[in-house]
Formats: sequence, structure tokens, C-alpha cells
Amino acid sequence: MDIFVQQIINGLVLGSIYALVALGYTMVYGIMGLINFAHGEVVMIGAMVAITVIKLLADSGLPGVVIVLIGLFAAAVACMAVGFTIERVAYRPLRKAPKLAPLITAIGVSIVLQNVAMLVWGRNYHSFPPILPTSQHEILGATITSLQVAIVLIAALTMAGLMLLVHRTRLGRAMRATSENPAIAQLMGVDIDRIISLTFVIGSALAALAGLMVSANYSIAHYYMGFILGLKAFTAAVLGGIGNLAGAMLGGILLGLIESLGAGYIGDLTGGFLGSHYQDVFAFFVLICVLVFRPSGLVGEKVAERA
Amino acid sequence: MNAPTRPIFFDALRRNKSTAIAATVALGIVLAALPFLIGSHLGNSWLRILDFALLYIMLALGLNIVVGFAGLLDLGYIAFYAVGAYLYALLASPHFGLHLPVWLIIPAGAALSGIFGVLLGAPTLRLRGDYLAIVTLGFGEIVRIFLNNLNAPINITNGPQGISGIDPIRLGGVTLAKPIDFLGITVPSLHAYYYLFLALALLIVFITIRLENSRIGRAWVAIREDEIAAKACGIDTRNIKLLAFAMGASFGGVAGGLFAGFQAFVSPESFSLMESVMVLCMVVLGGMGNIPGVILGGVLLTLLPEIFRHGAGPVQQAIFGKVLLDPEALRMLLFGLALIVVMLYRPAGLWPSTTRRREFRGDAA
Amino acid sequence: MHFSRVPSMTLAIVAAIALIGCGQKEEPKPQAAAPVAPPPKPEIVVKLGHVAPLTGPQAHLGKDNENGAMMAIEELNAKALEIGGAKIKFELLPEDDQADPKQGTIVAQKLVDAKVNGVIGHLNSGTTIPASKLYFDAGIPQISGSATNPKYTEQGFSTAFRVMANDVQQGKVLGDYAAKQLAAKTVAIIDDRSAYGQGLADEFEKAVVAAGGKVATREFTTDKATDFAAILTKIKSKKPEVVFYGGMDAQGGPMAKQMKTLGLKAKFLTGDGGCTPEFIKLGGDATEGQYCSLPGVPLDQMPGGKAFGDKFTAKYGQIQLYAPYVYDAVMVMADAMKRANSVESAKFLPEIGKTDYQGVTTKINFDEKGDLKNGAISMYQVKAGKWEYLETIGGSPVEAAKAAVAEAAGAIKEAAKDAATTTGEAAKEVAKDGVKAAADAVKAAADATKAAVEKK
Repeated sequence: MDIFVQQIINGLVLGSIYALVALGYTMVYGIMGLINFAHGEVVMIGAMVAITVIKLLADSGLPGVVIVLIGLFAAAVACMAVGFTIERVAYRPLRKAPKLAPLITAIGVSIVLQNVAMLVWGRNYHSFPPILPTSQHEILGATITSLQVAIVLIAALTMAGLMLLVHRTRLGRAMRATSENPAIAQLMGVDIDRIISLTFVIGSALAALAGLMVSANYSIAHYYMGFILGLKAFTAAVLGGIGNLAGAMLGGILLGLIESLGAGYIGDLTGGFLGSHYQDVFAFFVLICVLVFRPSGLVGEKVAERA
Repeated sequence: MNAPTRPIFFDALRRNKSTAIAATVALGIVLAALPFLIGSHLGNSWLRILDFALLYIMLALGLNIVVGFAGLLDLGYIAFYAVGAYLYALLASPHFGLHLPVWLIIPAGAALSGIFGVLLGAPTLRLRGDYLAIVTLGFGEIVRIFLNNLNAPINITNGPQGISGIDPIRLGGVTLAKPIDFLGITVPSLHAYYYLFLALALLIVFITIRLENSRIGRAWVAIREDEIAAKACGIDTRNIKLLAFAMGASFGGVAGGLFAGFQAFVSPESFSLMESVMVLCMVVLGGMGNIPGVILGGVLLTLLPEIFRHGAGPVQQAIFGKVLLDPEALRMLLFGLALIVVMLYRPAGLWPSTTRRREFRGDAA
Repeated sequence: MHFSRVPSMTLAIVAAIALIGCGQKEEPKPQAAAPVAPPPKPEIVVKLGHVAPLTGPQAHLGKDNENGAMMAIEELNAKALEIGGAKIKFELLPEDDQADPKQGTIVAQKLVDAKVNGVIGHLNSGTTIPASKLYFDAGIPQISGSATNPKYTEQGFSTAFRVMANDVQQGKVLGDYAAKQLAAKTVAIIDDRSAYGQGLADEFEKAVVAAGGKVATREFTTDKATDFAAILTKIKSKKPEVVFYGGMDAQGGPMAKQMKTLGLKAKFLTGDGGCTPEFIKLGGDATEGQYCSLPGVPLDQMPGGKAFGDKFTAKYGQIQLYAPYVYDAVMVMADAMKRANSVESAKFLPEIGKTDYQGVTTKINFDEKGDLKNGAISMYQVKAGKWEYLETIGGSPVEAAKAAVAEAAGAIKEAAKDAATTTGEAAKEVAKDGVKAAADAVKAAADATKAAVEKK
């Protein structure tokens, strides 16, 4: 029993991390219908900047939480700048271009960011300084650290905050209008360039948060970390229904649970034929099944066929 | 680009039969002489790169059927390449002790890949755009993970260790792995592979051109433009879509078989997601749906990183007097920048098809 | 695209400042040395290719290998060897194969075209195997310092050598160690599904079973994963006494950490991939008391080993993993050239097989396949945040090495003294190499600054 509870907790923590990254994907997709392939790399930049700043301050005598907050602030500023630039340089000129063109520039941006990060931070792995308290809590015989509790809460709060932003504020209304029909939104006086820029900036700030959380939880950061994380988060976003904030959260948590339970039980279920090496196969299999029956994700709205 | 001269030249090609023949002959001579020119002037490494470029042209043309003609975004295309490569490796290596002839394996690889194509296509018929992209991506990963793990409980693929000692391609009792004496001329191995790959690439080009101008080709384009309208016009969208997947996949299978024979070693790391993405970049960057464009894309994206590899260090040396930035990081950086810049300046691809160019000039959204 | 230039420019400026800060003396020298005066004796340039992934997820190991090779080359050049009556200048052609087998053959072809005298590398077995055929066809000797797949030397290529124990040798020692020294009755095995991790884990499993141990469960992850909670939780439910991980430090460190978080108290054992300071850095205090193995004998037990370690650290920063092996690989090749009195591949190739060389990692003799003869494997344990040497298992070279250690004890002491001044010496050597080396110094200086920042 405690093992099962532990696997659920593992899944929740992993899922919350996926969800945090997936929220960024889904924000951009919701507004522009564009898969921001470089989002994973922005998360990586966030993690790298945060670690660098935190390492510099680690001996300053400030309390751990304050240092982490300063690190987060620096990472958010850096990521926002990067996100803003990406949108300006690589996506905006292609807004009217064929749909796959921005996908290719996104791949280009992702390669560029990765190699810039390699030049700046080197090829080695970076570890997260142990400045956060590592207290553990027991739930039904399973353990969870304070940081992990924080990750789950932050992911949920972020989603709630974003939903408030999108559904309750003026900016949110403008975002929804832009998403619905940019041309008409513009006619109605929405400055869509500004809205899209803002969306990217908000998405990138989320990426910084996600980057910090990932590197703190696993105490590791590397210039290549964005790729896998981005891929998983993208999968999560699609699973939930890309473009939908609650969907990203749901998809993230579900993917985390699937991976964790898959790795934990797939071996016993198949009599040892399939082991934890088929964890990803299991995840993609569930995804395919979901999409076959619900072609626009779990809670995704029915998207009219775009030409 | 010298815009006015080009159409005139192509018009002449189309109208004037003797010009067309002359151009074909000239192209044929260039293609035939190319390996000797490159081999003697630039060295064998460029020849090997050229061989890979031909393989990528086959892959890009295959993917072009799915993405360019039928408009179905496929991010797992490399899986079919893997299927072809592993089939060759299993049927012609000491791994199972089988050594079947190449003329049997390559068509079998094409057929098996085609079946995999249908397997992928069937559950995804209702999906569009980005949802299709993620499912195909998942499919590609699933194939790779199985290849990577099927060494236990029964050893089929030899897992991450890969299969080594694969038989080189033999044609009529002559192995291409060693220099061949032909009418008194010695044809080195890389040249022989070049001619074989070229022949198959030309065959694939020929098939694609014929397909494009056939009923099927037009049906694909109709589905790409508007699936519902296509259905209303009486096109069996389900079968036509499956056919696109199968055709595209079978080209990938052929290229995969050749790759296995050429490399004499396959392992799952050759079939990562990044490879799928690269082939997609070739198709889109070259000009989706336009055969010459896709060929251009394939050649360009295979050559660019190599040009940067040869140039990144020496050029820095020449300009700054020393190597300021790590040439390897710079190489990939430039490659990424090239992708961005090309798409910014030619969003429809370097050499888009005429219809696409027209579309783009109007409203593309 | 100005945004991409900004960080690189910043880096360049930082590096330049670091250079000025670190070695004002060496700056004017490159210019002075740049126009190389024609040497009195005929000079032969010996080109050695070096291949490893310099981009992609394993780039840090690739660069480490390259640094090892570079250091060997610089030392050889400083000695001003004469072979066959001519002065020898070694030149390294570093290439990037991105750990991709296709790139591996392209790069191999490039080196074959460049008519290199020998090749050091590649790093991964997956790229080494297809490339080895090209080198064999061209008759170019190849020594890998890190490819561990047994297949590499089983292809019957007379040109293929490695100065690293293969998976079979190391997996067996590790399995024995777990079952006997650690007295584990049940073990859990994890591997990263890379050719290296899976090969090592398979051999480990065989050895454990042969020694009467039981494998409680076998779990898997990937070489890019960071989260192991699910598989570790499952392992916890099986209550093994030892957890073995076949894979690299980047996963091993976080894995040890997550074991501690989950309250999994089994001993953690890993192979050479995890036997790095990186492992401790990433795993934190969770790594205390854990075990690893490394082919060869510890650097500070080998004559010249400590000097090598200190000099390397001063020049390129911490050793990642395989740099000493790659260094040895270069030295073995140079040694064969000396004995053959020729730098021609065909002439010195037979001599490589007859190598009897005291490297910094172990005593190097090859068997008929090109594998290390009686490869010794050393065990280490983390004590007080550092890998401490426990014992060396197997391999007759151990005795020889121990004797050599005693002999060379004095030499080591001197070397240690020298090491204090190595920074300056290394810098001087760099300056000699002229323009190209200046760039290296920039890099080294940048690395040093970075290292200093990290230490803070």
C-alpha cells in the first residue's frame, strides 16, 4: 500500500513539473495556434540563469528562500527577454506564412539557444546548491519533501492564476479575442502585436519558474535538458487538449501518473515481458488511445478544421 | 535569385523538346562525373557526404508525399527508415546467420515499411495538424524504444548494442564494399554506392513525379487543401490518406535498407527524433510539395553542417587570427541560424511549387 | 539575430579579460612565436585524429577526451622527439561525431582523407564500431580510450585497440564485488539502455548470478532522464541489499539522491560512468558511502599519475572521466612510433600490438584482439565527499604497478612539487605553440574563471 501511495506521489510531483512547462506551451498555442518548439530551451535558460545567480549568492548569508527568489527573479527577467526576442525575430514575421514555416524557425531557435547555452555555461552538468530545507513528510508510509509539496502547489496556483488572468481580466479578454480571430480582434481595437508579445513574455516567465523548480528538485541543470522536458510537456499539453489551461494541468498530472505507475507496475502486469524500459511506450500508447477517441485531447474544445 | 531568367529557362525546357533532351543529357553527364570530380578535388569525405545526401533525398521525397502532397504532418518518419535498416540488418548479417540477397531485402523493406505506414495511418485518420504531429512523434519513439529493448527476453534486435558486421550490398555477385573493376576502370567503393543510390533516388524521383500528376496525386493535394471538400467530390479520403502513408513509408524503407548495407552497422541511436525533425526541415525548407525543392532541401541540409564543420575553425582563424568560439558549438549555432534566416526570407521554402507560391502571394491563412 | 551574438560576444570579452588577468606574461609571446623559424632538421608533422561528441548531451565527456589528447600532444611536442632522423611535431585533428553513427563514419572518412597517421577515439561504441571499418580499410591504427562494447575488437580488425577494460571485464569484477565483498544476497539492477549501460548491466547480472546472488528486479531508465522515483520505489518494495546502476554520472548522482529521499537504504554501486566527481557534486551527501569501479589503477598510485592529474586540472579543470585513458592512448601510439622508428601507419601498427607501456591509468599490454590484457579494475567508495580508493581487483599489472609505485615514489614527490608550478609551465608551453594555442589559453582561462565562480 505504501508503495502504491509513493508511486502516486511520485507521479503527482513529476506531473506537476510537466504541467508547469505544459502551461507555457498551451498559452502560446492557445493564442497563436503555434507549437513553440523552443519552449523547452527557454526552460533550460531559466534553470541555468537561476542556478548561476543562486550559486553566486549561496555564501552571501541570506536565507535560502530569499536567494531562490532572487534567482527566480533573475531567471524570469532573462527568460522574458529571450521569449520576447524569439517572438519578434522568429515568429512575428511569419505570422501569415504557411503553417510549417514557424515550426522550422522554432527548431532553428531551439538549436541556437542550446548551443549558445553550451558556449556560455559550458558542457558540464551544473548542480543546484543545497540551500533549500530538505525536510521530509510522511503520508501513509510514503515520503514527500517540502520542495515537492511546493512544486505541486505552485503548479496548481499558477494554473489558477493564469485562468483568472485569461478569463477575468481585460488583458485576458483581449487574449481570447486574439485567439478567436486576430483580424477581427484588431478591428475591435485590440493591439494584437502587443497581446502576442505579452503572451510570450508570460509564457517565458512560467518557463523560468519551471526551470527553477526542475533544477531544484533534481539538483541538476544542463544545456541539453530542455529537449526531453519540452517533448514530455508538449505530449502532456496535447493529451489534455492543447490550448486549454486546465487541460495542460490535467495532461501533465496524468502523464506523470502514467509514467510513474507504468514504470512501477508494467513489469508485474505483463509477467515481466515489458519492463520499465517501455515506460514511454506506455505513455505514448495512452496518448494515442485518448486521441483516437477524443481527437482534440481530454478537455480540448472541438477545433474547427483549420485549412 | 535571378528571378526573370529562371522561368524563361524552364519555359524553354517545357516547350522545346531538343532543349529538354540536351538539358537531361547535360545533367546526366554531370551526375555521372560528379563522384570523380568530388573524389579527386575535395576528397572522399565529401563523397561519403554526397552518398548520405542521396539517402536523405530519398527520405525527404518520401516524407514529402505525406507532408507536402497530402498535408499530413508526420514527426515520426524516421521509424520507417529504421524498419528498412533493421530488416536489412537482420536478414543479412551474422546476427541470425542469414545472408539473403539485396534484391530480396530492399523490396521486402519497402513493403514492410509500407505496412508500418498503414499501421500508423489507420488510427490517426481523424486527427489533424498538431494532434497528428504528436501521435506520429509517439509512433516514431515507440518504434525506436522497441528496437532499443528487444534484446530480451528473446534477442531480436540486439538492443542498444546494435547489429554489426552487416553484409555490404552485393549486386550480381559483386560487392560494393571493395573497388570494382569495370571495363578496365576501377570504381572505388564510395563511387559504386553513389551510383546505386543515385539510380534508386532517380527511380524514386520518377515515381514521385508520376504520382504527383496522377489521379492519386491530385487527390492528395485535394485532401491537403480541404479534406471535407475532397470527400464531397467523391475522393475516398481514408484510402487515399493511407496510401500516402504507405508510399512515403516505403521510400523510407528503401533508404533504410541502403543505409544499413552502406554503414555495415545499425543501432537505435541513428533513428532518434532529431533525425525525423531534420528530414522534415529538408522538406519544408526546400519547398513543400515541390520535388526539385525537396531535393534541394535534402542536399542543402546534409551539406550545410559539413561545410560549417570544415569552415568554422579556419574561417575564424582567418578573420580574427585565432579561434574565438568553439568551432563545434559554432557549427550547430550557424546551422540553427540558417534554418531561421531561410524561413524568414523564404517562408514557403527555397523553391516552392508554383501553386504554393501563388497561394502564398494571396492569403495563406 | 543580434540576440544570439550578444552572449557569445560577452563570453569572448570575458574570456579575453580572464586571459589578461591570468597570464599577462604569455600574451605577447604568441605574436613573437607566430612566424615559426625554419627548423634546422627536417620536421615531420604527425597528424592524429581525435573523435568524440563535442555537441549534444555527451559533449562534456567529448571535450574531456579531447583535452586529454591535447595534453598528451603538447607534452610530446615539448619533448621534441626524433623518429627516423626527423624532428616530429604532433598535430591533433579534433572532430565532432555528435555520438551519431552516421556522423561517425563521415568524420572517419574525413580523417582518412586527411591521411592521419593514427586515430584516437571515438568515445561511444556506437560510433567507434562503424568507423573502425573505415580505418581498417585504410590501414590506420585506432586506439579508443572509452569504447567498451566487446564487439569493437571482435570484428577482426588489426587496427582496432582500446586502452579501457571492456564491459565484460568490468561487469564481472563489479558483480563479484557485489556478491562477495558487499555480501549481497539480492541485488537490483538499473541500466540506462545505452550500449554502455546495458552491456555493463548484463555482465554484472551474469556475474552476480554466477556468484550465487539473486537479482530481485531489473529496471531501466534512459541516458537523458532525471526522475527515477518510480523505478526506485519499485526497487524499494523488493528490498535489495545492493542497487547497481549501469550508466553515467549525470543520472547516477541524482539517482543516489532520490534513493535517499525515498528512504531506500541499499548500497549503491556503479561502473566507470558514475565514477566521477560529477557524481558526488550532483548527488550531494546522498553519495556518501557509495561504491564505483574504474578500469586501471588510481592516478595517484601510478608513476606520473598524480602529476598528470594535477597538470590536467590546472590546465583544463576537473577531469571528467576518460581524459587519462585518452592521454594514455596517445602516448601508446607515440611509443609504438618510437619503437618502430617510423611514423608511417603500416610500419608502427605491428608495434602497437607489442606495446608494453606504463600509462597513467594502468600498465598497457594488448591481447591478440586489441583489448587490454588482464585489465585491472579498481574499486572506490565515497568518503567525506570524495572518491577514496579501496582496492584493485584482477590484472597482473597491479603487482607491476605497485613495484613501480615504490620505485617512482621519489619521482612522484618531485612531480607533486612541480605540480604547484605547473600552471605557469603549462602556460609557457601554450605560448610556444603560437597563435592556435592562444585560443586554447583563452578557453583554459575562461574555464578556470568559471571553475572559480563555481567554487564560490
